Amino acid sequence: MTVHSFQEHFDAKIDNEVMIEPRDWMPDDYRKTLIRQISQHAHSEIVGMLPEGNWITRAPSLRRKAVLLAKVQDEGGHGLYLYSAAETLGITRDEMYDQLHTGKAKYSSIFNYPSLTWADMGAIGWLVDGAAIMNQVPLCRTSYGPYARAMVRVCKEESFHQRQGFEIMMVLANGTEVQKKLAQDALNRWWWPSIMMFGPSDADSPHTAQSMRWRIKRFTNDELRQKFIDVTVEQARLIGLTVPDPHLKWNEERGHYDFGPINWDEFWNVVKGNGPCNKERLEARKKAWEDGAWVRDAAMAHAEKRKARKENKVVKAA
Amino acid sequence: MNQLLYTLQIADNALILGHRISEWCGHGPILEQDIALTNTALDHLGQARSLYQHAADMFNALSTDEKKTLFSSTALQNKINKGEALDEDDLAYLRDGWDFRNLLLTEQSNKDWAYTVVRSFLYDAFNFYFYTALQNSKDTVLAAIAEKSLKEVTYHLRWSSEWMIRLGDGTEESKARVQEALNNYWTFTGELFEATTVDNAALADGTGVDVAAIKIQWQERVNTVLDEATLTLPANVWMQSGGKECRHSEHLGYILAEMQFMQRAYPDMEW
Repeated sequence: MTVHSFQEHFDAKIDNEVMIEPRDWMPDDYRKTLIRQISQHAHSEIVGMLPEGNWITRAPSLRRKAVLLAKVQDEGGHGLYLYSAAETLGITRDEMYDQLHTGKAKYSSIFNYPSLTWADMGAIGWLVDGAAIMNQVPLCRTSYGPYARAMVRVCKEESFHQRQGFEIMMVLANGTEVQKKLAQDALNRWWWPSIMMFGPSDADSPHTAQSMRWRIKRFTNDELRQKFIDVTVEQARLIGLTVPDPHLKWNEERGHYDFGPINWDEFWNVVKGNGPCNKERLEARKKAWEDGAWVRDAAMAHAEKRKARKENKVVKAA
Repeated sequence: MNQLLYTLQIADNALILGHRISEWCGHGPILEQDIALTNTALDHLGQARSLYQHAADMFNALSTDEKKTLFSSTALQNKINKGEALDEDDLAYLRDGWDFRNLLLTEQSNKDWAYTVVRSFLYDAFNFYFYTALQNSKDTVLAAIAEKSLKEVTYHLRWSSEWMIRLGDGTEESKARVQEALNNYWTFTGELFEATTVDNAALADGTGVDVAAIKIQWQERVNTVLDEATLTLPANVWMQSGGKECRHSEHLGYILAEMQFMQRAYPDMEW
């Protein structure tokens, strides 16, 4: 086949909703886009362990502690599936880590905000995981097979995370005055960063059009953002919390909530590294990696010694 | 009363070691190991919860006078004076250090991967034989918890033994690090087998384990693993103790200050 016919074959698969698999031919840019997106997603899971991990030792009850531990562990598991999915595209996990540590690869900016109170564990589960699900459910049908299959597993667990987050908020919102205050304070701080999680407006999103054509993405950033707002505003109302947006108003004609202007200046600054915790998050990841170097070396050296001993035995036996 | 104190001793080990291990979550040297270690933390926490629930049931059945003398923190005294029943969270979050009965070993710092592995290995090897014997406890709840926990502990011991071997028989650096950790934490192993009055009473009434008897099995297991790991048994035989009798190292106060913060700042609320 010529490159031209490879391309036609690929396009036909995309058009017919046939998944692309690791050994299939694919355009270089499709591969690059996927590596960028999947590794960014994997990094977000791993960096995302930090703001929640921050409260494991301080959880207010043993049950909450157990649920939070299990949740943060799930995020690690998601990172693992996603790194594995990205590896099928011809990049190693170490290369991806290196891109994270050098700042070449990004992760979701939301994790550059601090988790300051216990209520943040509720807000992160409810809003951040809620927004992630909006983004991720369509990815279960994304055109690259390993990514789609990883996302099916991820989404199942994320919906459990979102429910536990909402439940934390509900208990706080129905609790004492100070608990309500904790819940409202957390909503105030996490609302806008969550809205920004859907990425820049369609007009300013450089990758959207091509990704939609390749069926990597199924909905635009603005479509997903609107869907999230419509659902979440109702949930906030249900538990008696106020969404911190004075412009929020149901628009009968559109069948959607209208909402106030997003502070894109803040968004781009956090992306560029000026968020409240960018430095801490990256430092924590780098420290874990660097402090762990001797451990990985030891594991490798031991595995090689074992292999050598086994081969030695085989040679002697022969 | 003795059965309650005995149960607390086991529960406190699980809670405090689980707390220490959970500090690794998100910071492990290898993603797979981060996940594995978090799983272990969850196992310890799960065991602690079952044990505290059992302890709370026993506490709530005590006479009013007995209840008042058992724990010293003002927060618990207030609850007891109001006649409120205690639950697992009260026991974990409202007792002060001088009412905690965990082994000194379990509260020692993570320091690095080598210290963490050594602490787990020394404890897991003990815990394996301890829970094996506890399955025969006349306290049917303890026996059931032991049976369920033993599956988890068997995995913990396999994990920490493998890491002892990997680090000992890995690189020069890993060997030096794990040997140093072993030498430094060895001093906390004597307490594992020290029978307190609570241990002796539990043994006498058929609810407890003969810790002196499992020392031989523990020593054999430790020797086997150290041998394969090409490590040397520490020469230091001076042993620290006190944790089981509520005299702790400075670490415990900080663990509790962190763990109990929410319950102290926002008392009497549902979470």
